[in-house]
Amino acid sequence: MICYLNSYYLFFSGSATPGADALDTLFIYYLIAAVFVFLSVVGFITYILFKYRNRNKEGEPPQVYGSTKVEVSLTLLATALVGFFFYLTLITMFKTNKPAGEHSPDLVITGHQWWWEARYPQSEVTTANEIHVPVGKRILLRFKSADVIHSWWVPDFGQKMDVIPGKTNHLWLQVEKPGLYLGACSEFCGAQHAWMRIRVIAQPPEEFRRWNRQQAKPAVSIALGNSLAALGKRLFSQKTCGNCHAIKGTKNSGSVGPDLTHLASRQTLLTGKMANTPENLNRWINDPQKVKAGAHMPRFIFDQKQVNALVSYLETLK
Amino acid sequence: MNRQTTIIPESESSLPSLKTVDGALQWLGSVDHKQIGIMYLVLALFFFLIGGIEALLMRTQLAQSGLNILSPETYNQFFTMHGTTMVFLVLMPGIIGLGTYFLPMMIGANEMAFPRLNALSFWVTFFGGFLLYFSFAAGGAPAMGWFSYAPLSEANYSSTPGASYYALALLLTGIGSVGAALNFVVTTLRYRAPGMGMRDLPLFVWMVFVNAFIILGALPPLNAALSMLLIDRLMDAHFFMPASGGSAMLWQHVFWTFGHPEVYITILPAFGIMSEVIPVFSRKPIFGYAFVAASTVAIALLSFGVWAHHMFATGMGNTVNSFFGAASMLIGIPTGIKVINWVGTMWGGSIRLTTAMLFCIAFLVDFTIGGLTGIAFAIVPIDWMVTDSYFVVAHIHYVFLGGSIFGVFAGIYYWFPKMSGRLLSEKWGKLMFWLFVIGFNLTFFVQHFLGLMGMPRRVFTYPDLPGFGTLNLISTAGAFMMAIAVLVFLWNLWITLKKQPDAGEDPWDAWTLEWATSSPPKPKSFTRIPPVRSRRPLWDLKHPENPDYKDSQQPEESS
Repeated sequence: MICYLNSYYLFFSGSATPGADALDTLFIYYLIAAVFVFLSVVGFITYILFKYRNRNKEGEPPQVYGSTKVEVSLTLLATALVGFFFYLTLITMFKTNKPAGEHSPDLVITGHQWWWEARYPQSEVTTANEIHVPVGKRILLRFKSADVIHSWWVPDFGQKMDVIPGKTNHLWLQVEKPGLYLGACSEFCGAQHAWMRIRVIAQPPEEFRRWNRQQAKPAVSIALGNSLAALGKRLFSQKTCGNCHAIKGTKNSGSVGPDLTHLASRQTLLTGKMANTPENLNRWINDPQKVKAGAHMPRFIFDQKQVNALVSYLETLK
Repeated sequence: MNRQTTIIPESESSLPSLKTVDGALQWLGSVDHKQIGIMYLVLALFFFLIGGIEALLMRTQLAQSGLNILSPETYNQFFTMHGTTMVFLVLMPGIIGLGTYFLPMMIGANEMAFPRLNALSFWVTFFGGFLLYFSFAAGGAPAMGWFSYAPLSEANYSSTPGASYYALALLLTGIGSVGAALNFVVTTLRYRAPGMGMRDLPLFVWMVFVNAFIILGALPPLNAALSMLLIDRLMDAHFFMPASGGSAMLWQHVFWTFGHPEVYITILPAFGIMSEVIPVFSRKPIFGYAFVAASTVAIALLSFGVWAHHMFATGMGNTVNSFFGAASMLIGIPTGIKVINWVGTMWGGSIRLTTAMLFCIAFLVDFTIGGLTGIAFAIVPIDWMVTDSYFVVAHIHYVFLGGSIFGVFAGIYYWFPKMSGRLLSEKWGKLMFWLFVIGFNLTFFVQHFLGLMGMPRRVFTYPDLPGFGTLNLISTAGAFMMAIAVLVFLWNLWITLKKQPDAGEDPWDAWTLEWATSSPPKPKSFTRIPPVRSRRPLWDLKHPENPDYKDSQQPEESS
């Protein structure tokens, strides 16, 4: 039932995972029952208003105090309906929500104020905000929080899962169709909750492996020479950027902010807020609070040349 | 009357005037249940306007994607204050106010059991409300949502004093609610008119009475949670701080132990109003009194076993989810019985479409939507899809606004002539009704779709995805329509209070005891009470040829 965010279809657009399909079916059953109940109530009321509206009639209508027969039969009907949906709830829930058991996760997602960290334990890849998954493979997601409660919600995948500090949650995911799936944090988590979007990129297995191999490499160490980018690289270390951000292959290994090793390979910046362009990166480094008020990145008082240098360095991190 | 020992002497002069200093002071120092009831309602109306203005500003910010009318910080403060205000400073004083005014009158009592406690309850609530709003001047209002999830509400993540003001203010209003509940219980048990058994109570009284027990059970957990939060914030404890050994889940469990019963606390008195207004304007007794009364008790008991349905997405596991899913679905049955009984009351009646009755009909339709989406949340897999999205925002407004507030409006239009001696204008009333109900449905119906399309709740803006802009704009337009309706309502109040009293004792030809005295009643409401021999004492007086107490049809006739 939940529609594709990136398509124009509202309903019945089909789902991306088997779990979401089961949830959609249950939703449609309940929708039919709910519409039936609602139309019955509205139908009765409309009929009554036409039939029993007082049009200046004298005298009182017959005084009826109730009917045990009507009450009991409608109560039984309601109970049967509720029982039916409880049965459907049980079978759908146990079918789609399997415990993690002893399996180790394929993907560990950590919620931060206001971005997502994604770590692939098998390949030691760490990235942020844009989460790549292979199509057709059943993978186990583990959720952790670095600060407050967040919630992982990609509507096309059906079930959402809260990301709670001090508690580890799991979700099985099998995406059937390649594509871009949009989602968002759905538990209020502070100032920039609105810009804690999710982008999941589902790729055919071969393409995913290629992406994974590329991400596993340390940052490209092309000869920067005397260029602006070389200045940017020096600034990155001098200005303590590395206390929060990691760039693999350099001494910068902070884990408070997003890993920047392959920043230039991402499509968006700031958890889906804007496109990954040099201009946007420039604005952000210049004055983070102006671009995303409340974000935990401090404002360093850089001059324009220093910002340009940092941007051209970051642009090399493909 | 021999059971009634009045501590406070009841004067027989009329209500004090606000135009003189002396009169105003008499209001401030009053322990009279009618004056306190009116003050509760004025407090609720005041905060209804404040909370409404906050809502309008939020809807303006959300009219299109990417607007910058409110900063993220301000928006987050507004939605927190809007929710907290509407639940604790509008719905609670609204229903407690109507109960304080009418519960004693409907059982033929001249005063509440504990008049001074009554005044204390009101003033504690009053100052609680203003303490909450003082936070704006003290460094920032709370900005963590009305259910204040930890650890976001802890000092590390909410560094302004707003969250502490939230906790202190709700402790105060909570104490006020408990005081009012004690008063309702004792008044109902001890001060009924001679001849009125517990099974003869008007249903509004019955529901306020049962409701008082929910308040007594639900508010202490809230107060405990708020105290723990305050200790965490101000004394560096860590009840809810996972980083230092506390538990974020603990807050959710304790808060919703209060929070879900709270939903029924605000809706049961509205059910009571429905059960008074629909019979009078259908000219028939309530259909199935015993079923309505018993289902209220069922709701009260079940309401304490459903809290974790707010937490289906926290990863509690299928077994726990099954239990709370089942309990939450069960509560739909007694609620459904009530809807059946109200429709059954109208069936075969002679319906008079006054504004009060129109609000009851709108309640039936819109509350049914809210109830059905409520059962959707009890179906665990559907909850996983739609919880924390705009679908929830739609659902809670169909219950709180389309349910509780429509009920309170029905009650206001019905009882205003009793409280003021003047009938509200039906012409302005009906205009207000249509604007409000159409505006309400425009605002909130489309939010179901926004939720299904993937819009999370509590966002100050949203990306420009297909359909988001249009639906949000419709929602905002509806909100402004409701605002116009509220202005019409204020105008109606104003012109009505300006005119001469025209209501008389019993303008609706009703059947319960509050209509057996002058409008407005003197501080001592009753000098003599009509004989109470059935649930409708005034029907018996008006129809000696066919009184209720002689009617063998009354299926569960009481002693």
